[in-house]
Amino acid sequence: MNTVTVDRGPAPPAPPPQSAGPSYLDDGHTLASWFATHDHKRIAILYAIAITAFFAIGGIAAAMMRIELATPAGDFVSDDTYAKLFTAHGVIMVWLFLIPSIPSAFGNFLVPLMIGARDLAFPRLNLGSWYLYVVGGAIVLASLFLGGLDTGWTFYTPYSTMFSNGWVVVALTGVVVVGFSSILTGLNFIVTVHTRRVPGLGWFRLPLFVWAIYATSLILVLATPVLAITLILLAAERLFQIGIFDPAHGGDPLLFQHMFWFYSHPAVYVMVLPAMGVVSEIVPCFARRRIFGYRFMAYALLAIAAIGFLVWGHHMFVSGQSPTAGMVFSMLSFLVAVPSAIKVFNWTATLYKGSIRFDAPMLYALGFVGLFTIGGMTGLFVAALAADVHLTDTYFVISHFHYIMVGGSVLAYFGALHFWWPKITGRMYPEIWARMAAGLVFFGFNLTFFPQYLLGYEGMPRRYHAYVPEFQALNVLSSAGASILAIGYLLPLFYLAWSLRAGARAGPNPWQATGLEWQTSSPPPTENFASLPAAPDDVYGYTPRLGRSPLHVDGE
Amino acid sequence: MNDGNGVGAGFGWLGPAASSAGERADLLLLVLFVVCGTVALALAVLIVWFSVRYRRGSKADRSNPPSNDWRLETAWTLTPLAIFLGIFAWAAWDYAQLSIVPADALPIQVLGKQWMWKLDHRNGRREINELHVPLGRPVKLVLASEDAIHSFFVPAFRLKQDVVPGRYTVLWFRPTRLGEFRLFCAEFCGAEHSKMIGRVVVMQPADYARWLESGPLRPGLAARGFELYRSLGCSGCHDERSTVHAPRLQGLLGRVVHLQDGRSLVADENYVRDSILLPKKDVVAGFDPVMPSFAGQVTEEDLQALIEWVRATGDQRTGGRG
Repeated sequence: MNTVTVDRGPAPPAPPPQSAGPSYLDDGHTLASWFATHDHKRIAILYAIAITAFFAIGGIAAAMMRIELATPAGDFVSDDTYAKLFTAHGVIMVWLFLIPSIPSAFGNFLVPLMIGARDLAFPRLNLGSWYLYVVGGAIVLASLFLGGLDTGWTFYTPYSTMFSNGWVVVALTGVVVVGFSSILTGLNFIVTVHTRRVPGLGWFRLPLFVWAIYATSLILVLATPVLAITLILLAAERLFQIGIFDPAHGGDPLLFQHMFWFYSHPAVYVMVLPAMGVVSEIVPCFARRRIFGYRFMAYALLAIAAIGFLVWGHHMFVSGQSPTAGMVFSMLSFLVAVPSAIKVFNWTATLYKGSIRFDAPMLYALGFVGLFTIGGMTGLFVAALAADVHLTDTYFVISHFHYIMVGGSVLAYFGALHFWWPKITGRMYPEIWARMAAGLVFFGFNLTFFPQYLLGYEGMPRRYHAYVPEFQALNVLSSAGASILAIGYLLPLFYLAWSLRAGARAGPNPWQATGLEWQTSSPPPTENFASLPAAPDDVYGYTPRLGRSPLHVDGE
Repeated sequence: MNDGNGVGAGFGWLGPAASSAGERADLLLLVLFVVCGTVALALAVLIVWFSVRYRRGSKADRSNPPSNDWRLETAWTLTPLAIFLGIFAWAAWDYAQLSIVPADALPIQVLGKQWMWKLDHRNGRREINELHVPLGRPVKLVLASEDAIHSFFVPAFRLKQDVVPGRYTVLWFRPTRLGEFRLFCAEFCGAEHSKMIGRVVVMQPADYARWLESGPLRPGLAARGFELYRSLGCSGCHDERSTVHAPRLQGLLGRVVHLQDGRSLVADENYVRDSILLPKKDVVAGFDPVMPSFAGQVTEEDLQALIEWVRATGDQRTGGRG
């Protein structure tokens, strides 16, 4: 694995001469040089560390739930604790992991590099966003350590306002603060993509990852304020008994659901669009092919972001909203599935006549395509009104959105981590270990969540602390899968840490990729490029190479 | 520990659908499974085939690789769109049937509360966490909640309906199989959410009639409603002999009501409920908005009884009960 030769390759245009200053990692070693940095790359690292910590905490909550569910009786934790566990798992994974994961960590690191910019448009604001995120996250954690809350991450009223006795308002405060971090990050990306592209880099020459971050940012800026409004109203009702959502005070509980999902459904696309962007970078690179249907891929991202705003009511087909509203939301939900299907077909077509290698990033990307397809197709089941009446609020829905969120977003996150690891750290990760971890994650994930589709069809409701005996066999499979998944998640922690010291030097472009980010040294200098890079003629200008790659000559 | 109701022995894997709506839902799910499964399989075969054939180092022909084809893009945009719209229309049609309650449906009042289901049959037979219904007859559940949102879910019927405080929701079904079926609460409602479970028993109509007349009987709901009608003072205005000008309530359910502001609606359980609690919301044309609100004076169960009395006044066969 250690025979990596640096090959700047004929595929990308010759990189400009590198006479830059120290790499961003060597540019200061004091605490202040990190915690007061304005460098988008260092801020990306700060995000990555915080996100990893939150992912671990959310994962521990999930692990405890899976232990509880290994037997039908509620005998591992109390029913109250179980409710607090699934609330903690949901709140942390949604707001502190999934939403910031790819945009804030990889978007921060890569967007300026990919468009040939020195930094984001507002570097100080970028640092401020990280502090908001960490403070908000700390408030959420404080609500857990104070005793937690049991509302579920959806905070449905009137349970959350009148019946829950947990630390609801504290957690809401944390989520609202994190929301401002989202808004400011989105704003920063939008302005950056509009104003900081290197001369000659037109919109339809941008990498799809940048398109994805751009579409995501639009959603963050437009939808997150509604979440803040909703949660503040909820807090007002809980604290001052103002009748907004509670019918006992003249409010309407369905109003809360409408407002909550107006944010939270687009938020699903915040989680998955960046993942699509990552896959659209990895698949062409390892297939050595131009991405198939570039413009359709870019338009599909925007279409998903736009239509995604109009489908929120599909969470409410049995809530008592009018049947007419249900039909409109159902039809729009089928429409939003079309651009997703287009993307899957285009990724598949990109493989045709390629010259495909199966390094770890590609394994994750192909895993994404498969799992996202299953998650998307089961989305059709729950978008179909009469079918959803049976499936909603069961484990079918749990499984459906975990196929999108974990099978999709988390696999893409790991794919991105391995693909850009050489760029971020200057070191190669150990390929064998990485492929093994990818295999474990894929296998463990399916064993965890596929049985949940069956459980849902059988009728097991979600958020059940104890369950009837006939559901046990599938739950045992699911818990067993979760333990394998956990090993798959833990492995990279060790081998990536190891590679920081002992990994082979990566060189500027170990994958012979064509993006601008590969035309500077690894790790890049603080100012990103020694001189203004030339806009690439074709950001996916890959050519199929026959024969062996200079990479991993001993491993193939 | 979930078998506190003595449920368990008769249950196993979810069997075939046990309601008319459930049979339709299973057909829809089967077709969805076949269509999606076929496409997923085709994609998997393509990806694996490309991965093997075009692996790095293979000798496959790679001349003139396409990177764009608007005909292909159009085809794989319009084909899914057409399939999706077809599935949508089918599922929407079936869903619409769920909101058209047959006129002869047997009404049963359901009250969800932390953490139990209370069910009232019209003759006063009351159940907790169990629902007995006759085979083949449409049943209409009028669902109310006393606290948080609950959801009435019978997997064997492939049906669920949220139970929302402050209003009534309706779930109707026609049982097509005899037997005992699980009843779950499907909307998280607090710590003991997973204990808010029970069973639905589908019986032969003759057995059901016998069951209905056995066991602990209370005065019929409508009789209690009539008591409330008098004790709360409703009769002071709404009675035929009253000097106060107020709308007659006899036979109100199902009737078209014209309102002061020009709207008209069909009086249902929610209309009666709102008229008691929020009398200024839907004022009947030709009447003054003089009725006081009874919010805070009546419980959810009182409301159910009052509505049952109003229903009884319109029902020729049982009209005399009140």
